Amino acid sequence: MSFEVDITIERGSTRIAAAFSAPERLVALFGPSGAGKTSVLDAVAGLLRPGSGRIAVGDTVLFDSERHINLPPERRACGYVFQDGRLFPHRSVRDNLLYGWRLAPAGRRWMTLSEAVDFLGIGPLLARMPRTLSGGEAQRVAIGRALLRAPRFLLMDEPLSSLDTARRDEIMVVIERIRDELRLPILYVSHDRAEVERLAGTVIAIGG
Amino acid sequence: MALPNAFALAWALARGRFPGKVLLDALVHLPLVLPPVVTGWLLLLAFGTNGPAGRFLAETLGLTFMFRWTGAALAAAVMALPLMVRAMRLSIEAVDRRLESAARTLGAGPWRTFFSVTLPLAMPGVLAGLVLGFARSIGEFGATITFVSSIPGETRTLPLAIHAALQVPDSESGVVRLAVISVLLSLAALVASEMLARRSGQGMGGQGGDGHVL
Repeated sequence: MSFEVDITIERGSTRIAAAFSAPERLVALFGPSGAGKTSVLDAVAGLLRPGSGRIAVGDTVLFDSERHINLPPERRACGYVFQDGRLFPHRSVRDNLLYGWRLAPAGRRWMTLSEAVDFLGIGPLLARMPRTLSGGEAQRVAIGRALLRAPRFLLMDEPLSSLDTARRDEIMVVIERIRDELRLPILYVSHDRAEVERLAGTVIAIGG
Repeated sequence: MALPNAFALAWALARGRFPGKVLLDALVHLPLVLPPVVTGWLLLLAFGTNGPAGRFLAETLGLTFMFRWTGAALAAAVMALPLMVRAMRLSIEAVDRRLESAARTLGAGPWRTFFSVTLPLAMPGVLAGLVLGFARSIGEFGATITFVSSIPGETRTLPLAIHAALQVPDSESGVVRLAVISVLLSLAALVASEMLARRSGQGMGGQGGDGHVL
């Protein structure tokens, strides 16, 4: 499975062009803040419509301006871990985790709630509300929610940026295990070179 | 009846981008600043027996407003609309749209996203608007008396009844009773709306301001 992206995005007066094709399981988009890395992830997730181009993951075409293909986000089977977590504040951790799982077709699910909870070590958090979680806990729950949605690939937008050093290392290990044990393709955005070099098979420079 | 209309207007004003939005905004708020008598007179022109809207509704639905409780309800709804739309619009604008896009990536279509994320997060404001609108419509006097007059058992609302009782000598006990009911209803509505607004502020994790609707 590979990521194939060749798009241009108009955002106000700036124009972001990104073209890459990478067979590795973890592909990092690397570049300074404001270079448009998040915009590229949003385009792959279907939250932002590129001006033109083509996006494919594996043999599924998600967007193709020439063939007028533009799958809505809910049909792209991608798990998106946002920089700011974005847990639903009115739902418990358990209901956050199960939000995407309940919507996924039963045949496509490849992980149960208890498997995800064990994998991430978040058992004691299930009954809590998101606003009571620490940064590291919230990011684990966000990763669990994305995994339980039965994705075919993950998008991660600076998942470590809001964490202190000790928590960073914990989450980094989780990401490595997703890459190696779950064998899930990941498109990973970061502005931290050390992070990218440790995790990624391929590094794509954006902007700068 | 006013709730779905108020919510639709609030949604359009909070999320919509269309020409004439400023005009719609002003139009919705007009009953708040216009003398109620003028609002009542305009309703009379539009929904009276010979008014364009009144004739249309009478012919298609058999619905008439003149000197009937339906007219009193319409006047109350129009007068309550600005307050309801304001509270609901604020609560819709306070909903973090990034949570909606998160729901979309988790497999929810636009409608499911609305019902499972947007509406629950906006709900305290919607309820607060409903309570405020209710209180406002109970107090409505000027537009009602201009539009449908004050007919006992049909269009005599609480303030109209108080006003009528005041015209009659030696009716203090009746006035006091009605006035007490009126104070209690208004107080209850204000307390309820303030509590709902507070709860919405907490639900958002404190990022939605302090959540006052007035």
